[in-house]
Amino acid sequence: MARITLDKIAHSYLPRPTTDADFALKEIDHVWEDGGAYALLGPSGCGKTTLLNIISGLLVPSLGNILFNEEDVTRRAPEQRNIAQVFQFPVIYDTMTVAQNLAFPLVNRRVPKGEIGRRVTEALDMLDLAGKANRKARGLTADEKQKISLGRGLVRYDVNAILFDEPLTVIDPHMKWQLRTKLKELHRRFGHTMIYVTHDQTEALTFADKVVVMYEGEVVQIGTPAELFDEPAHTFVGYFIGSPGMNVLPCEVAGDRLRLGGREIVLKRSYPELRGCTELGIRPEFVRLARPGEGLPITVSRVEDIGRFKIVRAKLEGYSFDAVLPEGAEVPEGASAVIDPIRINIYQDSHLVRGGA
Amino acid sequence: MEKTLNNKAWFMVLPVLFIVALNAIVPLMTVVNYSVQDTFGNNVFFFEGTRWFTEVLHSGRFHASLQRQFLFTFTILVIEIPLGVAIALTMPRRGFWASVCLVLMALPLLIPWNVVGAMWNIYALPDIGLLGYGLNWLGFNYDYTQQPTAAWFTVILMDVWHWTSLVVLLAYAGLRSIDDNYYRAAQIDGASRWAVFRHIQLPKMKHVLTIAILLRFMDSFMIYTEPFVLTGGGPGNATTVLSIDLVKAALGEFNLGVAAAMSIIYFLMTLLVCWLFYTIIMQGEKE
Repeated sequence: MARITLDKIAHSYLPRPTTDADFALKEIDHVWEDGGAYALLGPSGCGKTTLLNIISGLLVPSLGNILFNEEDVTRRAPEQRNIAQVFQFPVIYDTMTVAQNLAFPLVNRRVPKGEIGRRVTEALDMLDLAGKANRKARGLTADEKQKISLGRGLVRYDVNAILFDEPLTVIDPHMKWQLRTKLKELHRRFGHTMIYVTHDQTEALTFADKVVVMYEGEVVQIGTPAELFDEPAHTFVGYFIGSPGMNVLPCEVAGDRLRLGGREIVLKRSYPELRGCTELGIRPEFVRLARPGEGLPITVSRVEDIGRFKIVRAKLEGYSFDAVLPEGAEVPEGASAVIDPIRINIYQDSHLVRGGA
Repeated sequence: MEKTLNNKAWFMVLPVLFIVALNAIVPLMTVVNYSVQDTFGNNVFFFEGTRWFTEVLHSGRFHASLQRQFLFTFTILVIEIPLGVAIALTMPRRGFWASVCLVLMALPLLIPWNVVGAMWNIYALPDIGLLGYGLNWLGFNYDYTQQPTAAWFTVILMDVWHWTSLVVLLAYAGLRSIDDNYYRAAQIDGASRWAVFRHIQLPKMKHVLTIAILLRFMDSFMIYTEPFVLTGGGPGNATTVLSIDLVKAALGEFNLGVAAAMSIIYFLMTLLVCWLFYTIIMQGEKE
C-alpha cells in the first residue's frame, strides 16, 4: 500500500524533445492517495497508457520523479515496485494451467507454497474459475483469459497499487458489469490504490471516486463524477462526459451579462473582462424547449427518442445545440430554447473561468 | 450463392498431373523396376523379386552409411536448433540493426551448395586454407583430407555455418510475433529471464521451430553436394553419408538393382519422417 506522488512528471518518446508538442505526456503534478479508486479517462492517444506505464515502471519518464510514500522509485524496475498491472488484451501463459497462471507472480516472488495455494484458490473463487483451475489456459475464451490476467494482479494483495489499462475492452457487455462490480468489491475489501484507464465514461464514473480526465497529453481536470458533470474545467471535459455532451457556443460576456443569439441573459456570477475566445457551456439537461419567441431561436434538425428521454438535435446560430427532453414531452413547432442561467459555465480559450458573486 | 457442379472441371487438373507424372511418378517407377530386376547388359532383364532389398537390408555397408547419416543429422540438429534460437534471441527486435542482422543472416543461405563445398574445401586446407592453417598454427594437428575426426568436424562446421541462419530467421519470425504486452506482463509478474523464455518465447516459437526441425532434418538427411565437394565421402568412407553411398553404388559401380533398392528404402524413410512431422504440425494447429 502506498501513496503515489507524481512530482512534475513529463514524458516524450523522442530522444531530445524541444517543443510542447514533442511530449506524449505534458507536465503533471499529482498525488494518488493511498487506497483511492481513480479512473484515468480520455480519448485514445491522450497519454493515459503512457502515464500508467510510468507509474508501473515500464517507462522511465523523461522529466520528474515518482514517489511511493516517501521513496523515490523513478528508476526502479516494475518488479521492484511491487505493482500489479492488467493490460488491455489478455496475457496468459499458454503452457500453464489456469491455477499455475495465477500462481506465477507468487512463485516468482518465492511466496511459501501453502500461502500460494490459499491465495490462488481464493482468486479462482472470486473470478468463478474454480471449475477450470486445472485446465490449460490456452483453450479458454477471451473473457476467461482476461479474468486470468486480472487474477494475476489480484492474488498479490500486498501490492502498492493495481493498475488497469482498459481491462474490459475484450469482455462481453454483461460480463463487464459483473467484473466491474467485482473490482469495486475487491477495492472495498482490500483497500488497494487502484488506477483504472478507460475511454468509456460510464466505466470511469461507476468505478472511480475520483476521475482524472486527460486530453492531448495533459490532465485537464481531476474531480468527482459530480464535479465533472456540473463544472467541467475544460470544454473537452464537457464534450467528453455526459451523453450527449455539453453544448459549447461562442458568446460575449460583460460583467454579469451574456449576449447570445441577439438576446441578453443575466448570469448568476459576474466576470472580469475576458480576452481570447469566449464561450459558454450548457449541458443539454439544463435546456428547456419553449414556444417561439420565448427563448433563443433554434432550428430543430432531428429528435432521437431513446426511451427514458428524448434528445433534440438542433442548430443555434449555425452551431450544433442539443437539448434533453423528458419522456413524453412534445417538441413545439418552431421551438426556442430557454437556458437555465445558473447552470451556465463560461470558458476562455477552452478553460473554465469562475466568476465572482 | 449456388455452387456450380461441373465434373468437367477435373480436366483442368490434367496438365499438372501430366507434369507430375513426367518428373516424379515415371522416374520413381523406373527405380521400382530396377529394384526387382537384374541385367547382364544388352538391355536384357531378369526378375529377381526381393533379392536386392534383402541384400541391402543385410549389408554392413548400408548399415554403416545409414548410421553415419543419422549421426550427421542428429549432430547438426543438436547444434543448429539451440544455436539458431540463441542467436535469434540476441538480435534486436526492431530498427536499423535488426535489418542489418537479417541481411547478414540471410547471406549464407544465398550461396549455392557446391560453392559452399568448394569454399570450405579451400578454407580448411591445412597448408593454404585460413582455417586449416590457423588450427595447425594454434597447435592442433588438423588435416581433414587425412583424419576422419577432422573431416567430420569440418563437414559439421560447414553445415552449421550454412544452415543455422535458416533456424535463426524462422525463430526470429516467431519471436517478432510476440506482442510487447507479454513482456510487460512478465516484468510485472516478476518473471526471470529464463521464465520469460520458457513460458512466453518458447511456446510462441513452437510452430516455427517444428518447421525448422523438419526442414533441417530433410535437408541434412538428403545432403549430397556439400560433403561431396568437400571430402568426397572420405577419408576412406568416413563421411560417406547415404546419398553419397547411393551415388557410388549406382554410378560408380553400376550396381543398378542394389542402388534402386537403396533408393526406395531411402525414399520410404524420408516419407515416414515427413508424415510424422506433418501429423505433429497438424495436431499443433488443432489445439
